[in-house]
Amino acid sequence: MADQLNYPEGEALSDQIARRHTRGKIWRSSFLVALIIAILVLVSLVYNVVNQAFGLVAVENAIDPAVLVSQTGADPATVSLDELTKDDYVEMLQANISTGLGRRLERDQRFYEDRLVFDNQAAWDAACAAAEPAAGCLLPARDTDNVYQLVIERVVEQRVIETWFLRDSLLRGDEIRAEFLAENPNAEIEFRSWLTADFLTRPQSSRPELAGVRTAIFGSLWVVLVTLLFSFPVGVGAAIYLEEYASKQNIVNRIIQTNINNLAGVPSIIYGMLGLAIFVRVLGAVSSGYLFDYASIENRQNSLINSMESNFGITIIIEDGDVTSAIEGPNAAFDLSVTEAQLLVDEFTTLSWRNFDIDEVDASVIVARGLRIPVSVETDDNGTERLVPKDDSVMTAANFSLLSREMANAAKAIDNGRTVISAGLTLGLLILPIIIINAQEAVRAVPLSMRQASMGLGATQWQTIWNHVLPQALPGILTGTILAMSRAIGETAPLVVVGASTFIAFDPNGPFSKFTVMPIQIYQWTSRPQAEFRNIAAAAIIVLLILLLSLNATAVLLRNRYANK
Amino acid sequence: MMQGNYALQAKDLNIYYGSFRAVKDIELNIHTNKITSFIGPSGCGKSTLLRAFNRMNDLIEISHMKGSIEYKGKNLYDSDVDPVEVRRRIGMVFQKPNPFPKSIYDNIAWGAKINGFRGNMDELVEESLRSAALWDEVKDKLDQSGLSLSGGQQQRLCIARTIAVKPEIILMDEPCSALDPIATLKIEELMRQLQEEYTIVIVTHNMQQAARASDYTAFLNMDSSDRAGYMVEFNETNEMFTSPQNQETEDYITGRFG
Repeated sequence: MADQLNYPEGEALSDQIARRHTRGKIWRSSFLVALIIAILVLVSLVYNVVNQAFGLVAVENAIDPAVLVSQTGADPATVSLDELTKDDYVEMLQANISTGLGRRLERDQRFYEDRLVFDNQAAWDAACAAAEPAAGCLLPARDTDNVYQLVIERVVEQRVIETWFLRDSLLRGDEIRAEFLAENPNAEIEFRSWLTADFLTRPQSSRPELAGVRTAIFGSLWVVLVTLLFSFPVGVGAAIYLEEYASKQNIVNRIIQTNINNLAGVPSIIYGMLGLAIFVRVLGAVSSGYLFDYASIENRQNSLINSMESNFGITIIIEDGDVTSAIEGPNAAFDLSVTEAQLLVDEFTTLSWRNFDIDEVDASVIVARGLRIPVSVETDDNGTERLVPKDDSVMTAANFSLLSREMANAAKAIDNGRTVISAGLTLGLLILPIIIINAQEAVRAVPLSMRQASMGLGATQWQTIWNHVLPQALPGILTGTILAMSRAIGETAPLVVVGASTFIAFDPNGPFSKFTVMPIQIYQWTSRPQAEFRNIAAAAIIVLLILLLSLNATAVLLRNRYANK
Repeated sequence: MMQGNYALQAKDLNIYYGSFRAVKDIELNIHTNKITSFIGPSGCGKSTLLRAFNRMNDLIEISHMKGSIEYKGKNLYDSDVDPVEVRRRIGMVFQKPNPFPKSIYDNIAWGAKINGFRGNMDELVEESLRSAALWDEVKDKLDQSGLSLSGGQQQRLCIARTIAVKPEIILMDEPCSALDPIATLKIEELMRQLQEEYTIVIVTHNMQQAARASDYTAFLNMDSSDRAGYMVEFNETNEMFTSPQNQETEDYITGRFG
């Protein structure tokens, strides 16, 4: 009885229980607050992104469609631009774009089955007789709709001049319209989603309306593929060794284990430095692909020369492996439209995918390998923008040939491997400790009784691991791997160090391609001055988030699938 | 008795976990085609001793042993003996039923497959399940998971799995401790049937089980000074339970222990 007196009874007991419940409720509410804070942060993130990815835009046309319609002799009041005939559209193109561009468009796909519009018959026949005939030689002619699209893209050249956030667009859309149109009567205001199917399928561009994330998505997928091919087998192998074979008593094994745990916390930029030192510099000959396909550089040079000829009317002559370069033909004067200059640069970037960094082509200067070529934008009689040399004495044919020689030489130089494989291996190193730790966890979670059952039947250790431990650990290993992969997809810093390109206009097509990835693309867009780039950056963030969410969903599906067995 | 009547002979056996001696100075002969049970209080080293007979203690990194266990005149711990072969000859059934997360059929076929069985697999599976008195209950659902069976059925599946690789000796480590009395009785009946072909060694906490189901009994106790297990008495089960030679044994089996 003495013991019972030491416990509260009656009212004291109910008070004491009530106090214990209160304490529990306080903790519970503070956890709820923590959860609410987390949700608020997430919601504001999504709000911020969505706010920029959708909204009103004001667009203005380089040439008013009504003017184009009236030029054909039709009445713009009754006929709209999309109601004209194919012949009308082809005439508009002839009147408004350069011959070089027209020729390129025609080589891509011809306008008429029976006649050429921009090209001359001899050059066309030569292009079709080449080992790799131009695409237009094989395809049927463009239809009316296709040519109409070209007119919209190349002649009307719609430009965004102002954008608004989604919130403003919804709340005070009418006000915005009224105000803006009063000042800019030529503009039109429309609601635009920056995230469109085209945005996913278009390559990069220096014009935000035309830019897409295709190259970045491909880059991310290639890099992650290399990352996984490296870190999954190595990580799972290391985990199995550490868990199943290595002696826990051995001091060396314990040091290794401790270091793996610590490596998981090393800042990613340090892995970037490591990747730069090892994969890009020391193993440059391997990671640049030099050891595997040197011969193809000459093929690439040849294709550059061909494209220079067909697109710009410029002939490059190579003697004894050296580019001596001559400029001949109708476009001998350096006279390129902005799009054409872009194309030229893209060609060179493709060619010199190993080494060549063109910083930027903008409207004032082409900077490459220390050559600054000042140019200015001039609008010719047809309203087409062209890059023309600012000073004839600077931008001579010789200077231009110097540029092309520099670029061609750059293609030959094999001194770095800023490629998909370097980036993939660097990220592989980065997530390796995470994969090892997760896989160890999963292997350790397989009950000892399974191993005993298997060994008790006379199985060897390897049979036990392969038939029982690995299958049962697989859901856990996969979950850990896919979470690590999500991290790799979102990583930016190490790839900046390893050398992801900021401007890639072609899809990466293998482990030795130059590349860019989604987060770097987003970073690059957000740092551009034009407001529209921030809109497409927001759209790209949505794409990246969807990519990540679908990967995590895959993780859950895989785990459930194996856990059910 | 003649040497040939012993399936296993433990001589001067000491088993250590690190520096701790778990079992000391065991001298024990296991009779062929008999059921031998190990009884004793928790922590006295019964299971450790049992696992020594098919080298399962090798899986525990810190364990090592001194002395010898002779099987057919050969020390199981000689350096030229492969533990994989030992475990193929001396099978084991564990305390908690641990079927593989595979179908009933594969649970039995897997052990045969890895040991290079070349006969008719379907026949082997049926024969093993019949020997384990499980065939009638599972013959229509061989492709279902082994985990879908009840605890008693799972344990009989584990026995069938062990039988399928044709061992000569079956070690059972408290096989009924997770089972209800009816399932326990079934396993005990099964042991009696299996005795004709196999030598069986069983560890049990249940003295009635030892008395009912075994021919020989070894009583192990823990030395209060160094906490090592040692063998107090080994005798025919009838003798042990009717007229124990040792006062400790008598205290234990009459429930006055400790």
